[in-house]
Amino acid sequence: MSERTMGASRSRDDSVILDVRGMRVAVRTDAGDGPVLVDDVSLQLRRGEVIGLIGESGAGKSTIGLASMGYTRRDCHIVGGNIIFGDADVRAISLDERRALRGPKIAYIAQSAAASFNPAHTLMEQVCEASVRHGVLSAAEARAEAISLFKQLDLPSPETIGSRYPHQVSGGQLQRVMAAMAMVAKPDILIFDEPTTALDVTTQVECLAAFRKLIREHGTAALYITHDLAVVAQIADRIMVLKRGKMVEFGDSRQILLQPKEEYTRRLVSERVAGHNFVDANVAAQVPILAIEHVTANYPGKPKVIDDVNLEVRKGDTVAVVGESGSGKSTLARVVTGLLPRAAGDVRFNGVSLPPRLNDRNKDQLRRVQMIYQMPDVALNPQHTLLETIGRPVAFYFNRSREEVRARVGELLRQMDLPETFITRKTSELSGGQKQRVSIARALAAEPDLIICDEVTSALDQLVGEEILRLLKKLQNELGVAYLFITHDLGTVKRIANKVAVMLKGKVVAGGDTAAVFAPPYHPYTQLLLSSVPEMRPDWLDEVLAARATGQATTAALLRAP
Amino acid sequence: MRILGHKVSVTAQIGIAIVAINIFVAVFAPLIAPFDQATPVGDAWADPDAQHWLGLDNLGRDIVSRLIYGARMSIGLSLVITALSFVIGVISGFAAAVAGGWVDQVLSRIVDLLLSMPTLIFAFVILSVLGTALPVLIITIAVLDSTKVFRLARSVAMNIVSLEFVEAARLRGEGWWWIVTREVLPNAIPPLTAEFGLRFCFTFLFIAALSFLGLGVQPPNADWGSMVRDYRDMINFGSAAPLYPAAAIATLTIGVNFIVDWMLAIHSRGQGEGA
Repeated sequence: MSERTMGASRSRDDSVILDVRGMRVAVRTDAGDGPVLVDDVSLQLRRGEVIGLIGESGAGKSTIGLASMGYTRRDCHIVGGNIIFGDADVRAISLDERRALRGPKIAYIAQSAAASFNPAHTLMEQVCEASVRHGVLSAAEARAEAISLFKQLDLPSPETIGSRYPHQVSGGQLQRVMAAMAMVAKPDILIFDEPTTALDVTTQVECLAAFRKLIREHGTAALYITHDLAVVAQIADRIMVLKRGKMVEFGDSRQILLQPKEEYTRRLVSERVAGHNFVDANVAAQVPILAIEHVTANYPGKPKVIDDVNLEVRKGDTVAVVGESGSGKSTLARVVTGLLPRAAGDVRFNGVSLPPRLNDRNKDQLRRVQMIYQMPDVALNPQHTLLETIGRPVAFYFNRSREEVRARVGELLRQMDLPETFITRKTSELSGGQKQRVSIARALAAEPDLIICDEVTSALDQLVGEEILRLLKKLQNELGVAYLFITHDLGTVKRIANKVAVMLKGKVVAGGDTAAVFAPPYHPYTQLLLSSVPEMRPDWLDEVLAARATGQATTAALLRAP
Repeated sequence: MRILGHKVSVTAQIGIAIVAINIFVAVFAPLIAPFDQATPVGDAWADPDAQHWLGLDNLGRDIVSRLIYGARMSIGLSLVITALSFVIGVISGFAAAVAGGWVDQVLSRIVDLLLSMPTLIFAFVILSVLGTALPVLIITIAVLDSTKVFRLARSVAMNIVSLEFVEAARLRGEGWWWIVTREVLPNAIPPLTAEFGLRFCFTFLFIAALSFLGLGVQPPNADWGSMVRDYRDMINFGSAAPLYPAAAIATLTIGVNFIVDWMLAIHSRGQGEGA
């Protein structure tokens, strides 16, 4: 196995740097063979080229990225195909030779920079470590190279930022430092694995621009893995669409975006471009059910997280609260539910002031406000069956008999388009989208007037999230329940909300009818948010950067403003 | 071989065999043992023969029979103590995690206080003052041991309580009993089961140590720790007598640890990078 496969390399085009042919990755454990994660995928990456790998979760895109370095996750194995890097087949060389590739020749940038840095060492130590260890650069050379990369990546005070610790820089900065770490040894290939997914939209733009500049200036080839077509459109020359480990379509970025050949690609593209508009302004009655009046709240001993917020939700209406992380939008939900008692102001429900503390509210008050969470995996007890999960609110609030509870759960499952036979399954056996449907069913089982939806689609795949939104809208039409939507995704807001409140640093900076808020004249922050949402055009990033260069607002400038 | 869908490693199979044999012997001791544990059946330190496979002890009792009854006493006592310490530790640990605030503070400080005293010395004091009756022995060790269970149960429950399904239950208006028994407990079973095995080993060794020092199981009951003490001088005369109970202690400890290692490996595989 240690023999190098030299033969194949001579016939290939010299400019091809990574040649993957018929790659297959499968799960193999001592318990037997598992599913095939990547099935017969081939791609040729040329010098300086960026290939985007796109697909929903389970498409195998990260597995392909890792396998290109000859690495697999625990219990996964590369079972077929050739991965030819330069002259050598990565599968055929020894572990030591493979280790020598990683870092100096091929480098990886992970989704969560925060989890990839050691909090106990400075950034500079970690950025330089690999290239010094591999003997590619001396310590002084690595340092100089790192500082020059920090400059290229537009990091603040590039000379000194290296002496900081990971927790002392922001998420977007850390992600860029990680790119610098990957680039120090001047690798031939960079693998980006969803590097901007965990970032806010405004930060994402900055990172994308920095990554693209870096790749172009150094002529580095890259695999860019993401679930977001609009993001990959800005950076990739070619795009490969994947579904369940198989290649669906592979072609030039413009062709994939503008003239997709396959039905699946067409669906992915159309969801982003159009998005179905669910907004129906006439549904809402003129009766306010939730009124948040001059509410201020803070965590014990901390400064205010929300400051003098006013918001009204009418019966059967949908109101969205948008903002970036740290804007206080989730805290607002905690104040409404009573998990965080408000410090000042009033929260009125059906005209009656709600006690600030959860424990002081009565059963009926609790029943009328329900919540759906972002992560269905942790919002449902994995040890409970669907009957226990959905049936508990029915039994708890309405004192129904066993048979009545069972019948009601069956009815709710039908409403959620879930098979009634699922009733005895444990929640841990369901997929993400199914779990989110169960969360909705659990909320509806209480027959609430208001459901708070906290980022309910952001942990789901695009197409699955779309179905959940459609289901929520259908249920609203049937049951007249009101939604308070907490989200950072402006696309969701535009499609589902009649009214919107834009939050920045704990204050509502813009609010009113969705159509009015998202139309000129904008509040500067609304405009910044809107312009930061990637669009499905390869030229979008250039246009945004050009517009910003002429002196338009950035988050930093807005945050400094009084 | 598979248990609950998990492949059983070779070491775990050995462990299961050891534990199964020990438990079988302990449960059916009166039926298996050829002689009574307390009745002399011949001369002191008689050599092994066809009837007395390992010979007789210092009072002329059959060593094989005493080993068999010793299994009953050592294992039974350890199980009772471990179970009791888990009842105390898990309930108080969960209560501390779910209630938080001053409940957590009070319970945690009491535990800190108990943990700050060396267990063996503390047990000595209590047993010397109150005597070495079995109930005193059981309660003393169980209370001392429950502090370690409390620590684990509290931290496991803390992790579970921070998950959103517990928040959902709180928002629904559920009381703490529902949250502890229905939301937290089912999710805490795997780490607690492994801990039960480990704590059983510690208790078992602790009792052996106490018995060896004369403060544990009292004559005429047989117990592996006190047997090592009674026979220890015979090693000077070329007899292997003290090695038999010592080997029994070692074998069971290793057996239980094999099983615990396997259970911990299963548990940890579920976490980490999921695909």
